[in-house]
Amino acid sequence: MTTAPSATAPQKRSFTSAASVYVNERTSIAGFVKELGRKAFPDHWSFLLGEVALFSFVVVLISGTFLTFFFQASMVEVHYDGSYVPLKGVEMSVAMASTLDISFDIRGGLFVRQMHHWAALLFVAAIGLHMLRIFFTGAFRKPRELNWVIGFTLFILAMAEGFTGYSLPDDLLSGNGLRIIDGMVKGIPLIGTWTSFLLFGGEFPGTQIVGRLYTLHILLLPALVVALVALHLVFVVVHKHTQYAGPGKSQQNAVGPPILPIYAAKAGGFFFIVFGVLALIASMFTINPIWNYGPYDPSPVSAGTQPDWYIGFADGALRLIPPGWEFVWLDRTWSFNILVPLIVIGIFIVTVLIYPFIEAWVTGDKREHHIADRPRNSPTRTAIGAAGVTFYAGLWAAASSDILATHFSLTMEGVIHALQAVVIIGPFVAYFIAKRVCIALQKKDREIVLHGYESGRIVKLPGGEFIEVHQPLDEYDRWRLVSQESYAPLMIRPNARGKITAGQHVRAALSRWFFEDRIAPVTKGELESGHDTHH
Amino acid sequence: MAQDDHSGAELAAADSSHAAHDIAVSPGTAVIAADSFENPGFPPHRPRVTDQEPKREKRAQRTVYTLFYLSILGSVWAIAAYMLFPIESNDVGAVRLNNMFFGLGATLALLAIGFGVVHWGKAIMADVELVDERHPIGGSPETQAAAVKVFADADRESGFTRRAAIRNSLIGALLVFPLPAIVLFRGFAPQDQMPVELLSHTMWKKGTRLALDPSGVPIKAGDVTIGSAFHVIPEGLQDLEHGKLEEKAKAAVLLMRLEPGELNHAPGRENWAYEGIVAYSKICTHVGCPVALYEQHTHHLLCPCHQSQFDVANACEVIFGPAARPLPQLAIDVDDEGYLIAQHDFTEPVGPSFWERN
Repeated sequence: MTTAPSATAPQKRSFTSAASVYVNERTSIAGFVKELGRKAFPDHWSFLLGEVALFSFVVVLISGTFLTFFFQASMVEVHYDGSYVPLKGVEMSVAMASTLDISFDIRGGLFVRQMHHWAALLFVAAIGLHMLRIFFTGAFRKPRELNWVIGFTLFILAMAEGFTGYSLPDDLLSGNGLRIIDGMVKGIPLIGTWTSFLLFGGEFPGTQIVGRLYTLHILLLPALVVALVALHLVFVVVHKHTQYAGPGKSQQNAVGPPILPIYAAKAGGFFFIVFGVLALIASMFTINPIWNYGPYDPSPVSAGTQPDWYIGFADGALRLIPPGWEFVWLDRTWSFNILVPLIVIGIFIVTVLIYPFIEAWVTGDKREHHIADRPRNSPTRTAIGAAGVTFYAGLWAAASSDILATHFSLTMEGVIHALQAVVIIGPFVAYFIAKRVCIALQKKDREIVLHGYESGRIVKLPGGEFIEVHQPLDEYDRWRLVSQESYAPLMIRPNARGKITAGQHVRAALSRWFFEDRIAPVTKGELESGHDTHH
Repeated sequence: MAQDDHSGAELAAADSSHAAHDIAVSPGTAVIAADSFENPGFPPHRPRVTDQEPKREKRAQRTVYTLFYLSILGSVWAIAAYMLFPIESNDVGAVRLNNMFFGLGATLALLAIGFGVVHWGKAIMADVELVDERHPIGGSPETQAAAVKVFADADRESGFTRRAAIRNSLIGALLVFPLPAIVLFRGFAPQDQMPVELLSHTMWKKGTRLALDPSGVPIKAGDVTIGSAFHVIPEGLQDLEHGKLEEKAKAAVLLMRLEPGELNHAPGRENWAYEGIVAYSKICTHVGCPVALYEQHTHHLLCPCHQSQFDVANACEVIFGPAARPLPQLAIDVDDEGYLIAQHDFTEPVGPSFWERN
């Protein structure tokens, strides 16, 4: 970090100021420092989730660069001749052998390899949690819709990075993963067979795929991720960070410690904490022990194989399809046991991607939103999110259906049928529960604003009646509970030509669905008149 | 809740300091109550304990620099561990020790810096909170008008709109020029091969002996006891110079012997088995995992990837899971020396379904 150079030359020129002036006169960086250095950066623990994602990505880049110096992305068959005795002499690809060398013949190699894998798992997990935070607090609203799209694209790219990386060692587990990809691609109508053929450079498994995935994994995908992360952060600066409602905070300000020095110290320190935690995990916990799996061979497979966690939802979706969803029609094979999962997941992804635009259209709200919602104050959105999480969780759990069955002594079929129910009925149940909980919490908030909180002090009235004294809120605490936005259902009005379009009807229906049971925040008048109309 | 009788647009006209939005912009259906609360402004600043007690500030300072020295210690320890725990002994235990002690040193080095800097920021650095004003992201109307003018000027000067013939021919050229790049992708796979043809045949042909996977030793019918299951490859697979895995990915077979009375043959395939010995493709008809798990007493095969189950006693029909087709059967027989042989190749493509399959 550079210190801000001062334009008016100080009396005694320190080295720092001299260096700053030198740099500035060649880069014009002073304006940049002046603009950014003392920006207020709102603070909250939930804002750290995005930082975890960013920092674990930096760890992935650092550790991955080290690995590229040793890994050889070749599928040429060799006889293993490294230090791991049980595999000595076994035929395997150079990719597998070089991965074993990283693990057993390069000091610290296993540490870096494990850190790379753990950091990748954390990267995807942190993006997921960060997105949930954004979703449930409505931080995707104007002006941040495009940044939501960028962030979600990063989530997809991170999963692609994970899958391509996981496939590189060419071990039994990753080979079976690629076999599944091959089978899924082949199930796509019209282009599937040829796509698989070209992807694998001939018949599965071929001798090309590891090299091709390597190019994607270390060149194309990281370039895209770095570029989109940069864009994502530029937008954070342009928009300034959201903040939670609080006294003094408004839509027109951003309140928090300055970037220099406090935010820089906290974020910089937090980078080292994330890095350190990953180092701790990498030094203590084995991940992806390819030496136990052995080289890829199309014939063996072990029971209870699991993909990395973020691929689970897709694998689970495949498992939940009932038998017989495939037929020959017009002399061609239609594999709906593959297509339905692909289409359903595709629709889910697109819905999440465009959700900000849907909600903006329903509310018609063109204002900028910089105060993050409390999830309870937008019950329908929160309930939609809960439904989506349940749907995803059902698919994800299905990837472990066999493990669930063996661990809990259940039948395999029973677990699959239960998870089919979770995926189809679960979202509705979760929607209903989440919505009711939100509305109940909103009512509780109103209650507290109107009557104060329970003080725990019991008083006996002259008539013998016992009451608990309620303590009124101070104005600062009250502000947090009354400052939320609230929307009413749309009233359909004819447009300028006196017509009500079909689009308006849809919008009105969605608007009713979103807002018909809204709980309005307490107003001054309500508090003063001292009675609550919502019992 | 009561329905609101107004559309938001009308209420928006009513002035309100509620949430202090820019009122010039439509709030849509947001309800802006006229008598909502006013923002009370910032609460009084509460000093930290380190601001009030010099002793605590001193202690925080000591904590921070101690952590930084600990970090140096961790780095030194990691370097020492790198040397103290070599891994040259062909011993997995040595790798574990090297990994753990080097890693723990690095962990201490990193975590101590992290906690130290964060503690410095939270407890010692001046507890400043700033308030930045936000401005509309779109900038001022003048800037927006100027940007529009830039495009208008560029359009006028280039004639992009006016000279439609030039513009449209350019758009056409831009649409066509990437097409040559698409044909280049044909080279991703050997030019002289066609996928459907390859997928339709395997290494099995008339007389190929069934051999054990992975040793390649041929199997005698007499060695296959009732209830047993063998992982099978075609004899000669191990001697292939090229394409061993590709052939194996299609030719892998499971051999099982049941009581002949328990077998229900598919019509026309009564002579595809030999004395209760049946051979089926091991490659799942769902997405191609090896169907490697055989449950002897139920005669069920289970694919561990997606839990498809096949009933060996009933021509490997699907009884559960996402697979749609039975596993293809390999017709077998016995040669003069008593070895199991294939009668011919599979009569249908093995493995996952594909578009051109019929």
